[in-house]
Amino acid sequence: MAPTKEELERRRIVGVEAERVSNVTSTDFPGHYPGEDYAWDLERFRKSLKIQIHKANDLDYEFDLIGVDASVANAFRRILISEVPTLAIETVFVHNNTSIVQDEVLAQRLGLVPLRGDKKGFQQLRWLKKNPDEPAAEATDFNTVVMALKVTCTRNHATPATETDPEKLYFNSSVYARDIKFTPQGRQSEWFSGAGEIRPVNPDILLAKLRPGQEVDIEMHCVLGIGQDHAKFSPVATASYRLLPSIRIKQPITGEEAEKFVNCFPKGVAEVQTDKKTGQKKAVVVNPRKDTVSREVLRHDEFKGKVELGRVRDHFIFSVESTGMYNSDELFLQAVQILKKKCVDFHEKLLDS
Amino acid sequence: MADNETLPDAPEYDNEAAGDVDYDDDEPLDLTRENNAKIIMLGSATDDDSCASFQFENEDHTLGNALRWIIMKNPKVEFCGYSIPHPSEPKMNMRIQTYGDITAKDALIQGLADLRDLCDVVTDTFVAEKERFVTEKKQAVA
Repeated sequence: MAPTKEELERRRIVGVEAERVSNVTSTDFPGHYPGEDYAWDLERFRKSLKIQIHKANDLDYEFDLIGVDASVANAFRRILISEVPTLAIETVFVHNNTSIVQDEVLAQRLGLVPLRGDKKGFQQLRWLKKNPDEPAAEATDFNTVVMALKVTCTRNHATPATETDPEKLYFNSSVYARDIKFTPQGRQSEWFSGAGEIRPVNPDILLAKLRPGQEVDIEMHCVLGIGQDHAKFSPVATASYRLLPSIRIKQPITGEEAEKFVNCFPKGVAEVQTDKKTGQKKAVVVNPRKDTVSREVLRHDEFKGKVELGRVRDHFIFSVESTGMYNSDELFLQAVQILKKKCVDFHEKLLDS
Repeated sequence: MADNETLPDAPEYDNEAAGDVDYDDDEPLDLTRENNAKIIMLGSATDDDSCASFQFENEDHTLGNALRWIIMKNPKVEFCGYSIPHPSEPKMNMRIQTYGDITAKDALIQGLADLRDLCDVVTDTFVAEKERFVTEKKQAVA
Protein backbone atom coordinates (compact mmCIF):
# COMPACT_ATOMS: atom_id res chain seq x y z
CA MET A 1 0.00 0.00 0.00
CA ALA A 2 1.87 3.04 -1.25
CA PRO A 3 1.15 6.37 0.43
CA THR A 4 -0.43 9.12 -1.63
CA LYS A 5 1.57 12.03 -2.95
CA GLU A 6 -0.13 14.39 -0.50
CA GLU A 7 0.72 12.10 2.41
CA LEU A 8 4.39 11.96 1.39
CA GLU A 9 4.45 15.74 1.09
CA ARG A 10 2.87 16.10 4.53
CA ARG A 11 5.55 13.87 6.07
CA ARG A 12 8.31 16.00 4.54
CA ILE A 13 7.15 19.23 6.19
CA VAL A 14 7.71 20.24 9.78
CA GLY A 15 4.76 22.51 10.53
CA VAL A 16 5.30 26.00 11.90
CA GLU A 17 2.09 27.30 13.43
CA ALA A 18 1.41 30.58 15.24
CA GLU A 19 2.23 29.26 18.71
CA ARG A 20 3.59 25.77 18.10
CA VAL A 21 5.47 23.45 15.82
CA SER A 22 3.96 20.22 14.57
CA ASN A 23 5.07 16.96 12.98
CA VAL A 24 8.52 17.31 14.47
CA THR A 25 9.87 13.76 14.68
CA SER A 26 11.11 11.82 11.67
CA THR A 27 9.08 8.72 10.97
CA ASP A 28 11.14 7.13 8.22
CA PHE A 29 11.76 3.89 10.09
CA PRO A 30 10.75 0.33 9.22
CA GLY A 31 7.55 -0.66 10.98
CA HIS A 32 6.30 2.87 11.48
CA TYR A 33 3.82 2.78 8.61
CA PRO A 34 2.24 -0.64 7.90
CA GLY A 35 3.27 -2.02 4.54
CA GLU A 36 5.93 0.59 3.87
CA ASP A 37 9.60 -0.18 3.64
CA TYR A 38 11.93 2.34 5.17
CA ALA A 39 14.88 -0.02 5.66
CA TRP A 40 18.34 1.36 4.97
CA ASP A 41 19.22 0.96 1.30
CA LEU A 42 22.51 2.38 0.09
CA GLU A 43 21.50 2.57 -3.57
CA ARG A 44 18.25 4.31 -2.75
CA PHE A 45 20.18 6.76 -0.60
CA ARG A 46 22.69 7.37 -3.39
CA LYS A 47 19.84 8.26 -5.74
CA SER A 48 17.93 10.44 -3.31
CA LEU A 49 20.88 12.39 -1.85
CA LYS A 50 21.35 15.77 -3.47
CA ILE A 51 23.92 18.45 -2.83
CA GLN A 52 23.61 21.88 -4.44
CA ILE A 53 26.32 24.49 -3.99
CA HIS A 54 25.03 28.06 -3.84
CA LYS A 55 28.04 30.05 -2.73
CA ALA A 56 31.61 28.84 -3.10
CA ASN A 57 34.21 31.26 -1.86
CA ASP A 58 37.40 29.82 -0.38
CA LEU A 59 36.45 30.62 3.19
CA ASP A 60 32.69 30.84 2.86
CA TYR A 61 30.55 28.02 1.51
CA GLU A 62 26.82 27.67 1.31
CA PHE A 63 25.28 24.49 0.02
CA ASP A 64 22.10 22.48 0.30
CA LEU A 65 22.26 18.97 1.66
CA ILE A 66 19.03 17.23 0.69
CA GLY A 67 17.92 13.75 1.66
CA VAL A 68 19.67 13.05 4.96
CA ASP A 69 18.25 12.88 8.45
CA ALA A 70 18.87 15.65 10.98
CA SER A 71 20.98 13.29 13.08
CA VAL A 72 23.49 12.88 10.24
CA ALA A 73 23.50 16.56 9.24
CA ASN A 74 24.01 17.47 12.88
CA ALA A 75 26.92 15.05 13.17
CA PHE A 76 28.65 16.83 10.28
CA ARG A 77 28.01 20.22 11.85
CA ARG A 78 29.27 19.14 15.26
CA ILE A 79 32.41 17.59 13.78
CA LEU A 80 33.12 20.77 11.80
CA ILE A 81 33.01 22.84 14.95
CA SER A 82 34.77 20.60 17.43
CA GLU A 83 36.60 17.67 15.85
CA VAL A 84 38.49 18.77 12.75
CA PRO A 85 42.10 19.22 13.87
CA THR A 86 43.98 22.46 13.30
CA LEU A 87 47.25 24.03 14.35
CA ALA A 88 47.30 26.73 17.04
CA ILE A 89 49.74 28.27 19.46
CA GLU A 90 49.61 26.16 22.61
CA THR A 91 52.70 26.96 24.68
CA VAL A 92 54.19 30.44 25.02
CA PHE A 93 57.70 31.03 26.41
CA VAL A 94 58.04 34.67 27.38
CA HIS A 95 61.72 35.62 27.31
CA ASN A 96 60.96 39.28 27.78
CA ASN A 97 57.77 41.29 27.92
CA THR A 98 58.00 44.88 29.09
CA SER A 99 54.79 45.95 27.33
CA ILE A 100 51.74 46.87 29.39
CA VAL A 101 49.96 43.70 28.29
CA GLN A 102 50.49 41.06 30.96
CA ASP A 103 52.18 37.80 29.95
CA GLU A 104 49.08 35.65 30.45
CA VAL A 105 46.83 38.07 28.56
CA LEU A 106 49.27 38.23 25.67
CA ALA A 107 49.56 34.43 25.65
CA GLN A 108 45.78 34.11 25.45
CA ARG A 109 45.68 36.56 22.53
CA LEU A 110 48.45 34.69 20.72
CA GLY A 111 46.65 31.36 21.08
CA LEU A 112 43.58 32.68 19.31
CA VAL A 113 45.47 33.82 16.18
CA PRO A 114 44.44 31.52 13.28
CA LEU A 115 47.39 30.07 11.38
CA ARG A 116 47.80 28.81 7.84
CA GLY A 117 50.48 27.16 5.74
CA ASP A 118 51.11 24.48 3.13
CA LYS A 119 48.20 22.02 3.35
CA LYS A 120 50.29 19.06 2.17
CA GLY A 121 52.77 19.99 4.86
CA PHE A 122 50.10 19.71 7.56
CA GLN A 123 49.59 16.07 6.57
CA GLN A 124 53.08 15.37 7.92
CA LEU A 125 52.15 16.59 11.39
CA ARG A 126 51.12 14.21 14.16
CA TRP A 127 49.48 14.66 17.56
CA LEU A 128 51.73 15.73 20.37
CA LYS A 129 51.24 13.27 23.21
CA LYS A 130 51.39 15.36 26.32
CA ASN A 131 53.61 14.25 29.14
CA PRO A 132 52.79 16.30 32.24
CA ASP A 133 56.14 15.50 33.88
CA GLU A 134 58.30 16.74 31.03
CA PRO A 135 56.27 19.13 28.85
CA ALA A 136 58.94 19.62 26.18
CA ALA A 137 60.28 16.07 26.10
CA GLU A 138 58.02 14.77 23.34
CA ALA A 139 58.34 17.74 21.00
CA THR A 140 59.72 16.91 17.54
CA ASP A 141 59.44 18.50 14.12
CA PHE A 142 56.54 16.09 13.47
CA ASN A 143 54.33 17.50 16.20
CA THR A 144 55.51 20.98 17.16
CA VAL A 145 55.86 24.15 15.12
CA VAL A 146 57.97 26.93 16.58
CA MET A 147 57.14 30.58 16.02
CA ALA A 148 58.97 33.62 17.29
CA LEU A 149 57.82 37.14 18.10
CA LYS A 150 60.52 39.72 18.78
CA VAL A 151 59.60 43.38 18.54
CA THR A 152 61.26 46.39 20.15
CA CYS A 153 59.81 49.89 20.07
CA THR A 154 62.14 52.84 19.43
CA ARG A 155 61.76 56.58 18.98
CA ASN A 156 61.77 58.06 15.48
CA HIS A 157 64.00 61.12 15.75
CA ALA A 158 63.15 62.31 12.24
CA THR A 159 59.65 63.47 13.22
CA PRO A 160 58.94 67.15 13.99
CA ALA A 161 58.32 68.13 17.62
CA THR A 162 54.67 68.90 16.88
CA GLU A 163 53.90 65.34 15.75
CA THR A 164 51.39 63.50 17.97
CA ASP A 165 50.65 60.31 16.03
CA PRO A 166 52.35 57.38 17.78
CA GLU A 167 52.58 55.49 14.48
CA LYS A 168 54.88 58.22 13.16
CA LEU A 169 56.61 59.15 16.43
CA TYR A 170 57.83 55.63 17.15
CA PHE A 171 58.98 52.56 15.26
CA ASN A 172 57.02 49.40 16.10
CA SER A 173 54.47 51.15 18.29
CA SER A 174 52.06 48.28 17.56
CA VAL A 175 52.70 44.54 17.50
CA TYR A 176 50.69 42.80 14.79
CA ALA A 177 50.10 39.15 13.96
CA ARG A 178 52.36 39.59 10.92
CA ASP A 179 55.33 40.00 13.28
CA ILE A 180 54.98 36.33 14.31
CA LYS A 181 57.75 34.58 12.40
CA PHE A 182 57.93 30.89 11.56
CA THR A 183 61.10 29.17 12.79
CA PRO A 184 61.28 25.87 10.88
CA GLN A 185 62.71 22.88 12.75
CA GLY A 186 64.20 19.80 11.08
CA ARG A 187 62.29 18.84 7.95
CA GLN A 188 59.68 21.55 8.42
CA SER A 189 61.68 23.79 6.07
CA GLU A 190 60.86 21.27 3.28
CA TRP A 191 57.17 20.93 4.15
CA PHE A 192 56.45 24.61 4.68
CA SER A 193 58.61 26.57 2.25
CA GLY A 194 58.05 29.78 0.30
CA ALA A 195 54.34 30.59 0.02
CA GLY A 196 53.54 27.56 2.18
CA GLU A 197 55.27 29.02 5.21
CA ILE A 198 53.25 28.84 8.41
CA ARG A 199 51.91 32.31 9.12
CA PRO A 200 48.85 34.03 10.59
CA VAL A 201 45.81 34.04 8.30
CA ASN A 202 45.09 37.68 9.11
CA PRO A 203 48.32 39.71 9.29
CA ASP A 204 46.62 42.78 10.76
CA ILE A 205 45.49 41.44 14.14
CA LEU A 206 46.71 43.87 16.81
CA LEU A 207 48.41 41.91 19.61
CA ALA A 208 49.90 44.63 21.83
CA LYS A 209 50.99 48.28 21.82
CA LEU A 210 54.50 49.39 22.71
CA ARG A 211 56.25 52.63 23.63
CA PRO A 212 59.97 53.41 23.26
CA GLY A 213 62.10 51.12 25.38
CA GLN A 214 59.47 48.39 25.62
CA GLU A 215 59.89 45.06 23.91
CA VAL A 216 58.32 41.63 23.55
CA ASP A 217 60.52 38.58 22.92
CA ILE A 218 58.47 35.42 22.82
CA GLU A 219 58.88 31.86 21.57
CA MET A 220 55.72 29.93 20.78
CA HIS A 221 55.06 26.24 20.25
CA CYS A 222 52.09 25.34 18.06
CA VAL A 223 50.48 21.90 18.17
CA LEU A 224 47.54 20.14 16.57
CA GLY A 225 44.33 20.17 18.54
CA ILE A 226 40.56 20.00 18.20
CA GLY A 227 37.83 22.48 19.04
CA GLN A 228 36.53 20.19 21.78
CA ASP A 229 39.73 20.91 23.70
CA HIS A 230 39.86 24.67 23.11
CA ALA A 231 37.91 26.97 20.78
CA LYS A 232 41.18 28.26 19.28
CA PHE A 233 41.51 24.89 17.50
CA SER A 234 38.07 25.16 15.89
CA PRO A 235 38.61 25.45 12.11
CA VAL A 236 35.35 27.32 11.53
CA ALA A 237 34.03 30.70 12.55
CA THR A 238 30.54 29.29 12.11
CA ALA A 239 29.23 26.05 10.75
CA SER A 240 25.46 25.99 10.82
CA TYR A 241 22.42 24.78 8.97
CA ARG A 242 18.80 25.79 8.69
CA LEU A 243 15.89 23.92 7.17
CA LEU A 244 14.44 25.20 3.91
CA PRO A 245 11.27 27.18 4.67
CA SER A 246 8.07 26.12 2.93
CA ILE A 247 5.02 28.33 2.34
CA ARG A 248 1.91 26.62 1.06
CA ILE A 249 -1.02 28.70 -0.14
CA LYS A 250 -4.13 26.52 0.33
CA GLN A 251 -6.70 28.98 -1.06
CA PRO A 252 -6.00 31.72 -3.60
CA ILE A 253 -5.16 35.08 -2.05
CA THR A 254 -6.37 37.85 -4.37
CA GLY A 255 -6.88 41.58 -4.74
CA GLU A 256 -5.91 43.90 -1.84
CA GLU A 257 -5.10 40.91 0.34
CA ALA A 258 -2.44 39.75 -2.11
CA GLU A 259 -0.51 42.97 -1.58
CA LYS A 260 -0.74 42.58 2.19
CA PHE A 261 0.33 38.93 1.95
CA VAL A 262 3.47 39.80 0.02
CA ASN A 263 4.37 42.45 2.59
CA CYS A 264 4.28 39.83 5.37
CA PHE A 265 7.49 38.29 3.98
CA PRO A 266 11.02 39.55 3.33
CA LYS A 267 11.67 40.98 -0.14
CA GLY A 268 11.70 38.40 -2.90
CA VAL A 269 9.82 35.62 -1.08
CA ALA A 270 6.37 36.24 -2.57
CA GLU A 271 5.03 38.51 -5.28
CA VAL A 272 1.74 39.73 -6.74
CA GLN A 273 0.99 38.45 -10.22
CA THR A 274 -1.74 39.91 -12.42
CA ASP A 275 -3.78 37.57 -14.58
CA LYS A 276 -3.50 38.83 -18.17
CA LYS A 277 -7.07 37.89 -19.14
CA THR A 278 -9.07 38.82 -16.07
CA GLY A 279 -6.71 41.45 -14.65
CA GLN A 280 -7.08 39.90 -11.21
CA LYS A 281 -4.22 40.20 -8.72
CA LYS A 282 -2.99 37.02 -7.05
CA ALA A 283 -0.23 36.29 -4.52
CA VAL A 284 2.31 33.60 -5.40
CA VAL A 285 5.35 32.30 -3.54
CA VAL A 286 8.49 32.68 -5.67
CA ASN A 287 11.44 32.00 -3.37
CA PRO A 288 10.75 30.49 0.07
CA ARG A 289 14.52 30.13 0.60
CA LYS A 290 14.73 33.84 1.42
CA ASP A 291 12.07 33.59 4.11
CA THR A 292 12.99 34.00 7.76
CA VAL A 293 9.83 32.17 8.94
CA SER A 294 8.86 35.16 11.06
CA ARG A 295 5.22 33.93 11.09
CA GLU A 296 3.99 37.49 10.48
CA VAL A 297 1.44 36.12 7.99
CA LEU A 298 -0.20 34.06 10.75
CA ARG A 299 -1.02 37.18 12.78
CA HIS A 300 -3.62 38.39 10.29
CA ASP A 301 -7.13 36.96 10.41
CA GLU A 302 -7.77 37.35 6.67
CA PHE A 303 -5.15 34.67 5.91
CA LYS A 304 -6.53 32.18 8.44
CA GLY A 305 -6.76 28.74 6.85
CA LYS A 306 -5.36 30.03 3.58
CA VAL A 307 -1.66 29.57 4.23
CA GLU A 308 0.52 26.95 5.92
CA LEU A 309 4.08 27.65 7.01
CA GLY A 310 6.67 24.96 7.56
CA ARG A 311 10.15 23.76 6.95
CA VAL A 312 11.33 20.89 4.78
CA ARG A 313 12.52 18.15 7.13
CA ASP A 314 15.39 16.78 5.04
CA HIS A 315 16.56 19.93 3.25
CA PHE A 316 19.53 21.45 5.09
CA ILE A 317 20.98 24.79 4.01
CA PHE A 318 24.53 24.44 5.29
CA SER A 319 26.80 27.39 5.80
CA VAL A 320 30.49 26.79 6.56
CA GLU A 321 32.73 29.75 7.26
CA SER A 322 36.39 28.81 7.69
CA THR A 323 38.91 30.67 9.82
CA GLY A 324 41.52 30.14 7.12
CA MET A 325 43.64 27.05 7.73
CA TYR A 326 41.57 25.04 5.26
CA ASN A 327 39.03 26.10 2.68
CA SER A 328 35.40 25.53 3.62
CA ASP A 329 34.86 22.73 1.09
CA GLU A 330 37.93 20.87 2.35
CA LEU A 331 36.61 21.21 5.88
CA PHE A 332 33.27 19.63 5.04
CA LEU A 333 34.97 16.71 3.30
CA GLN A 334 37.24 16.27 6.29
CA ALA A 335 34.24 16.26 8.61
CA VAL A 336 32.66 13.45 6.57
CA GLN A 337 35.96 11.55 6.69
CA ILE A 338 36.15 11.93 10.45
CA LEU A 339 32.65 10.50 10.92
CA LYS A 340 33.62 7.65 8.61
CA LYS A 341 36.82 7.09 10.59
CA LYS A 342 34.82 6.79 13.82
CA CYS A 343 32.65 4.10 12.21
CA VAL A 344 35.62 2.22 10.74
CA ASP A 345 37.47 2.23 14.07
CA PHE A 346 34.55 0.90 16.11
CA HIS A 347 33.74 -1.58 13.35
CA GLU A 348 37.28 -2.96 13.51
CA LYS A 349 37.25 -3.11 17.31
CA LEU A 350 33.94 -4.99 17.37
CA LEU A 351 35.04 -7.48 14.72
CA ASP A 352 38.25 -8.15 16.68
CA SER A 353 36.51 -8.63 20.01
CA MET B 1 65.89 31.91 20.74
CA ALA B 2 68.05 29.10 22.01
CA ASP B 3 68.82 27.05 18.92
CA ASN B 4 67.98 23.40 19.21
CA GLU B 5 67.75 23.35 22.98
CA THR B 6 64.00 22.83 23.17
CA LEU B 7 63.58 20.60 20.11
CA PRO B 8 65.58 17.38 19.86
CA ASP B 9 65.99 15.83 16.42
CA ALA B 10 62.97 13.90 15.23
CA PRO B 11 63.27 10.13 15.32
CA GLU B 12 62.79 8.39 11.97
CA TYR B 13 59.04 8.28 11.50
CA ASP B 14 57.86 4.71 11.69
CA ASN B 15 54.74 4.40 9.55
CA GLU B 16 53.84 0.92 10.75
CA ALA B 17 54.25 1.73 14.43
CA ALA B 18 51.99 4.74 14.05
CA GLY B 19 49.35 2.50 12.56
CA ASP B 20 49.10 4.02 9.10
CA VAL B 21 49.26 1.93 6.01
CA ASP B 22 49.97 3.22 2.50
CA TYR B 23 48.80 6.75 3.11
CA ASP B 24 47.87 8.31 -0.20
CA ASP B 25 48.68 12.01 -0.60
CA ASP B 26 45.56 12.63 -2.68
CA GLU B 27 43.28 11.31 0.04
CA PRO B 28 41.62 13.95 2.21
CA LEU B 29 43.56 14.78 5.34
CA ASP B 30 42.78 12.33 8.10
CA LEU B 31 44.68 13.03 11.28
CA THR B 32 42.72 10.64 13.43
CA ARG B 33 44.28 7.57 11.86
CA GLU B 34 45.37 5.91 15.08
CA ASN B 35 42.59 3.62 16.26
CA ASN B 36 41.86 4.71 19.83
CA ALA B 37 38.26 3.52 19.76
CA LYS B 38 37.12 1.93 23.00
CA ILE B 39 33.87 0.06 23.36
CA ILE B 40 32.59 -2.39 25.94
CA MET B 41 29.43 -4.46 26.12
CA LEU B 42 27.43 -3.88 29.28
CA GLY B 43 25.49 -6.73 30.88
CA SER B 44 23.06 -8.50 28.58
CA ALA B 45 19.54 -9.26 29.80
CA THR B 46 18.67 -12.22 27.60
CA ASP B 47 20.40 -15.51 26.88
CA ASP B 48 20.26 -15.18 23.11
CA ASP B 49 22.13 -11.83 23.05
CA SER B 50 19.27 -10.16 21.19
CA CYS B 51 19.37 -7.32 23.71
CA ALA B 52 22.48 -5.52 24.83
CA SER B 53 23.88 -2.20 25.94
CA PHE B 54 27.21 -0.89 24.74
CA GLN B 55 29.40 1.79 26.19
CA PHE B 56 31.42 3.97 23.80
CA GLU B 57 34.29 5.91 25.28
CA ASN B 58 35.11 9.45 24.15
CA GLU B 59 31.97 9.64 22.00
CA ASP B 60 28.98 11.95 22.29
CA HIS B 61 25.82 12.97 20.42
CA THR B 62 27.85 13.30 17.21
CA LEU B 63 28.21 9.57 16.71
CA GLY B 64 25.43 8.57 19.11
CA ASN B 65 22.48 10.14 17.33
CA ALA B 66 23.66 9.32 13.80
CA LEU B 67 24.32 5.71 14.76
CA ARG B 68 20.99 5.43 16.57
CA TRP B 69 19.21 6.63 13.42
CA ILE B 70 20.92 4.18 11.09
CA ILE B 71 20.44 1.23 13.46
CA MET B 72 16.74 2.07 13.73
CA LYS B 73 16.66 1.83 9.93
CA ASN B 74 17.40 -1.89 10.29
CA PRO B 75 14.09 -3.84 10.07
CA LYS B 76 15.45 -6.56 12.36
CA VAL B 77 15.94 -4.07 15.18
CA GLU B 78 13.06 -3.53 17.57
CA PHE B 79 14.57 -0.73 19.62
CA CYS B 80 17.66 1.45 19.61
CA GLY B 81 18.42 4.42 21.82
CA TYR B 82 21.41 6.17 23.26
CA SER B 83 22.17 8.27 26.28
CA ILE B 84 25.02 10.16 27.87
CA PRO B 85 24.69 9.11 31.52
CA HIS B 86 26.68 11.99 32.95
CA PRO B 87 27.77 15.20 31.20
CA SER B 88 31.23 15.25 32.77
CA GLU B 89 32.09 11.69 31.79
CA PRO B 90 33.07 11.28 28.11
CA LYS B 91 30.95 8.17 27.70
CA MET B 92 27.99 7.29 25.52
CA ASN B 93 25.69 4.33 26.17
CA MET B 94 23.69 2.67 23.43
CA ARG B 95 20.88 0.16 23.92
CA ILE B 96 19.94 -2.19 21.10
CA GLN B 97 17.13 -4.76 21.10
CA THR B 98 16.48 -6.93 18.08
CA TYR B 99 13.50 -9.13 17.24
CA GLY B 100 15.79 -12.14 17.74
CA ASP B 101 16.96 -12.91 14.19
CA ILE B 102 20.33 -11.27 14.82
CA THR B 103 22.31 -10.40 17.94
CA ALA B 104 22.50 -6.85 19.18
CA LYS B 105 26.21 -6.83 18.42
CA ASP B 106 25.55 -7.78 14.81
CA ALA B 107 23.04 -4.95 14.54
CA LEU B 108 25.66 -2.53 15.85
CA ILE B 109 28.30 -3.82 13.43
CA GLN B 110 25.81 -3.50 10.57
CA GLY B 111 24.92 0.04 11.65
CA LEU B 112 28.56 1.12 11.73
CA ALA B 113 29.12 -0.35 8.25
CA ASP B 114 26.01 1.40 6.90
CA LEU B 115 27.04 4.75 8.36
CA ARG B 116 30.51 4.30 6.85
CA ASP B 117 28.95 3.67 3.42
CA LEU B 118 26.70 6.71 3.89
CA CYS B 119 29.78 8.89 4.45
CA ASP B 120 31.32 7.62 1.21
CA VAL B 121 28.17 8.51 -0.72
CA VAL B 122 28.09 12.00 0.80
CA THR B 123 31.77 12.51 -0.14
CA ASP B 124 31.21 11.30 -3.73
CA THR B 125 28.13 13.48 -4.17
CA PHE B 126 29.85 16.55 -2.74
CA VAL B 127 32.94 16.12 -4.92
CA ALA B 128 30.79 15.63 -8.04
CA GLU B 129 28.71 18.70 -7.26
CA LYS B 130 31.83 20.78 -6.66
CA GLU B 131 33.21 19.76 -10.04
CA ARG B 132 29.92 20.62 -11.70
CA PHE B 133 29.80 23.98 -9.94
CA VAL B 134 33.37 24.88 -10.92
CA THR B 135 32.97 23.96 -14.60
CA GLU B 136 29.67 25.83 -14.75
CA LYS B 137 31.34 28.91 -13.32
CA LYS B 138 34.22 28.66 -15.81
CA GLN B 139 31.77 28.42 -18.70
CA ALA B 140 29.88 31.44 -17.42
CA VAL B 141 33.11 33.46 -17.34
CA ALA B 142 34.20 32.31 -20.82
